[in-house]
Parts: sequence; structure tokens; C-alpha cells
Amino acid sequence: MTTILDPTDERVPIERSVTERPTEISGTLALLDIAKPRGNVLLDRLEAKLQERLPSIKINRYTKPTFTKPAPEPLRQEIKASNDFVVEALAD
Amino acid sequence: MRYTRPRDRPPRFINVAGSILPAFVLEDMTGQQHAFPDAERTVVCFIKEDCPTCNLVMPLLEAASSSEKATTLTTGQTNEGNETLIKRHGLTMPLLDDSTLKVSFAYDVETVPLVVLADADGKELDRLVGFDRNEWSTFFEKHLADTQIDWDDYPEWRPGCGSLTQDPVIADRLRAEAENSPLRARKIEIAPSDDVHEFMFDQGFSDGLPVVPPTPERVIRMLEGTPRDSQELVATMPPNMAPATIEKIAVNAVLAGCRPEYLPVVIAAIEAICTDEFNCHGVFATTMGASPVMIINGPIRERIGLNVRMSALGQGSRANATIGRAVRLAVRNIGGAEPGGTERSTLGSPMKFTMCFGEWEERSSWDPLHVERGFNKNDSVVTVFAMSSGPTLIVDQSSRSAPQLAGSFGLSMDSAHHVRAHNGGDGILVVCPEHVDTLERDGYTKADIRRRIQEVTTVPLKDLVADDVSGAGIDPARVASMTDEMLNRPSPKFASEDNIHVVVAGSDAGKFSAAFHGWASGPMGSIPVSRKIDV
Repeated sequence: MTTILDPTDERVPIERSVTERPTEISGTLALLDIAKPRGNVLLDRLEAKLQERLPSIKINRYTKPTFTKPAPEPLRQEIKASNDFVVEALAD
Repeated sequence: MRYTRPRDRPPRFINVAGSILPAFVLEDMTGQQHAFPDAERTVVCFIKEDCPTCNLVMPLLEAASSSEKATTLTTGQTNEGNETLIKRHGLTMPLLDDSTLKVSFAYDVETVPLVVLADADGKELDRLVGFDRNEWSTFFEKHLADTQIDWDDYPEWRPGCGSLTQDPVIADRLRAEAENSPLRARKIEIAPSDDVHEFMFDQGFSDGLPVVPPTPERVIRMLEGTPRDSQELVATMPPNMAPATIEKIAVNAVLAGCRPEYLPVVIAAIEAICTDEFNCHGVFATTMGASPVMIINGPIRERIGLNVRMSALGQGSRANATIGRAVRLAVRNIGGAEPGGTERSTLGSPMKFTMCFGEWEERSSWDPLHVERGFNKNDSVVTVFAMSSGPTLIVDQSSRSAPQLAGSFGLSMDSAHHVRAHNGGDGILVVCPEHVDTLERDGYTKADIRRRIQEVTTVPLKDLVADDVSGAGIDPARVASMTDEMLNRPSPKFASEDNIHVVVAGSDAGKFSAAFHGWASGPMGSIPVSRKIDV
């Protein structure tokens, strides 16, 4: 028997499953621009299409300060507190 | 220079008359238990079979065991040794089994035979180490007066032997298992039927190359490399924002193959990459692919045998290879940055395994990197840079003047990212010794090299416009709205001379310098960070 010490951060391995998808979109939806070039173009088009198809939903737009770093904690909290859905745009 | 263990660790048990001795329960060879303290007075003895002095005193301990004045508990350090001693000396007293060495360790036995007299509370009253006839006879007359010993049969003096607990391998195991062990990391038991190396690959602990199993003994030895507390938090490491403690860093340093004396360098490098300025999350996540390049300055280079000369940027030096690798493995295992997860480099780079070297400070008259960055020459410092490629060779065997040679550096470094990428961020220039000689002959300093690189790479903005040859460059649509003044504005390769980081390394033979090309620089990318190494 060999004993070694765990080199990881020891998070309990959890089988992650995708959150169950609601059958319809309602309420408030966040569009998060990660600040990569042309991400805003993609989100502009998406916002227009969503408003056309789902006129009752409210859309909030957010932008990360830079795509190179994780979103700041206050921004993550604000998105979570004020929205029912979030779409994050990757670009390039 | 060979590493020596720090000896300033206080002993676990202070040898002072009046101290309370550790309590214990041990079995003898028949399975009967013997507890201490359990009598009015007890003589606790530690012996081992292959110690000549222990064999010399066995008849004395047998005599002590027959005394009415005290209970004698004689403890052997191996089972086989106890059996041999019983046969060899015809012993009638029981020998206690301490083959796990836990009790010997608790008593911090350095030399056997060790004899300690204690009262009913376990308080130490007297002690003998090795064999000195006068001391032993006085001890027996004072505490075991009902024994009959012919002391003339014994030599005046015999040295004792080292306790098995002092054997380096055993001592590390005992420290790892002790109650006050500095180890807190989760223990993983690998079944005997499992191959340890395959197991570690399967668990994802490796960068693709074999890793050294981080056994508790090895981690204990690694922790000897720093005086810092094993549970001290060094950094919160992205992307998992996980706590990188000294212990977790030491575990990864073992995996990487480090020696304990490298640990302070690894710790300082991890402090540096986990700053907001260095932004290691972005460095590891970028599709462009960037790696930390670690440059070490100061006296620690000599102490740990860091290569600054021939093949300094290549393989063959354990310090160079494993320090860089330890940092990367820590990021992978503690931070959770793995290729395919948050590490998304399109091509990757061999620098992602390891890239660490030292500046050959003594080979030029120039200020070394750490002095240029505000440290004292005698400080040991690690500086981390986020570099996307390198080392790319700069071959110039012809230039005989400093302006020509530094001009070659500029022309070669102009290719970083793309020849039309100007006003860019950081780059590292590694000047080889033969090139140093050419530059110094003309009185060139590092500042002169930087100035010359900017000079020869400067072109008007209009030369950087995208065209049919290459679509990279300034968008031609923008050119239409630009004035002549704007189009003729001089544009050097680097945004500032401060972005050009110059160090000396390499062998004395060969006119081959090299450059590392940066990643996104500045507050939105990565800024080079220096940290003093805690030695």
C-alpha cells in the first residue's frame, strides 16, 4: 500500500448535470458581453431577435471589463440577483 | 552546493530533569501489555540489538529488572532484535516491542542505550545515555541499591549508537505520522495491485510526464526547505480560486521532482503569478497560448545549482526544469487549470511544461534584471513574465559593432506576433556571452540595447497597413480617415523601452542570443511581477 498526499484543492468530485431547461423563456434575461471584439455585434443581433420573438421579456445588457479576467464578483452577483436567464457571448 | 537540513527545529521532548515523560502502553514479546507510568518508580530503557554498548549493558538491565526499588521497562526497536537479545543474553525480563518506533520517537531518543528514571507521575528524575561506568554505578547505587553488580567487569566508557528513529528515512515517516505532523492534505491510499505511476496519470495529477509520488515522507522532507508554516496561505489560485498553502505547494513540488531547497523559489513564483498584475487566469486561459517564464536573480542561483550557462534555457538542470514544472503543476492541481478546461491554448507550447532559468549576472558589467527592477544585488528574486513564444534564436555571427548587433536584435524581435504588430507589450531578450563582449567593447549598456531596438524597428504607421500580401495590420478602411501626420507617425516595435527586458545567459561559445515574445501586456493582460525569495 502506497499513501500519497492529494495535490489538488480537494473539492469533492461532484457529477455535474446541466440545469433543467424551462420550457419557455419569461421574466428577465441578461446578455453578457465578455469584451472580446465583435461580441457586442453578436449580442445586438441576439437582442433584436429575442425582442421580436419574445416581446414580453426584459433584457439587461452587461459587459465584463476585460475578457482576460473572470467577471468581478459584484458583476456576477448583480447578474444573478436581477435576472432569470443569462446568455454569455464569446466572440472573435 | 549541497543542501543541509535546518537544525534549528526544537526537540520534541526537552531533556530536563523534572519534565513529564510521554505515557505509553507497549506489548512484550508474549503479547502482555506494559503501561507507563504505572509504578512508584520506573526505569524506562531504550536499546537496539545491533548496538555493542546496548549488548554490554543488557546484564545490567536484567539486574535492574530484579530490583524491588523500581519497575524496569526495556524497549527494543525491532522485533527480530528483541528475539535475538533474549536468546543471546538468556533474558528473563520482558522486552517491549516498539518496532513502530512511536515511543522512541515520542521520547526523541537520539542515542541508545538510553535509561530514564521516572516517578509515579512520569516525572523524570535521572537519565543515562551511552555507557559511563561511574555514571551507571552511581545511578544503580542511588536508585537500585538492592542490586549486586561487579563494576570491575565493565569498561570505563563506551559510546552509544544512533537510535533507529534518527535514520533519515524512518525519521521522516515518524514525523509525518506524529500527532503534531505539519501535514493536513487528504491522504490517498493506492492499493498494492495498482501501479502508483499509472494511478497518478489516471487521476490527472500529471502534465503528461511521470511525476514523483508525493508520499508523506517526501512532503515532510520538502517542507524542510522553508521555515514557513505548512498551513500558511500563499495565494488564492485561479481559476478555482483555491487556497494554495505551503503544504499544497510542497506536494506539487514533490510531484515535479524538486529538491527541498528549491521550495522557496517555487513559493515566491506562485505568489508572483497569483497577483492581479500577472493575471494567471488570463495567461492560462488564452487561446493565444501564454506561459509563465521565470527568471531567477541573486545568490540563490548558486545555492540551488540553477543553470545560467550552457543550455540555460534547455534541459539537463534539475533546478531549472523542476522549479518551472512545480509552478505549472500547482496551477493545474490546485488552481484547476487544465487543457480542455479553462486552459484553451490553440497550439500550446513546450514552455507550458516548464520555463525557468537564471541570469548570468557575473558575465557582464550590466545591472542584473532584479537590480533594474528595484531590488538589491544581494536579494534573491524571481521575476515572472507571460510569454507566448520563445526562445526564438537570433543568429548574428557577423556584426562586429554594438549598434550593428543591437540592430540585429531589433530586426529579429520585429517578428514577434507579426511584423506589422507594433507599439506592443513585453518581450525578453537573452543576450549570450559572446554578444555581451561585442556590446561591451563599444560601451553599450542594457539601456543602449533597448534604445537601439526601438530605433531600428521604428517605421511610419503607413507601413503597417494591411494589404494583399497580408491581411494583418491597420485596416485600410481606417487609413482613409487618417491624416498624413497620423500616417507618418513613427511606430516602434515596443510601446516603451521599459517593455524590453534584457538578461544575460548561455555558454561562452556561440553568437546566438534569443528572444521571448510576450502576450497581451498591461492592466488588461499581464504585467511582469518580481518577488523576493524568502531564503
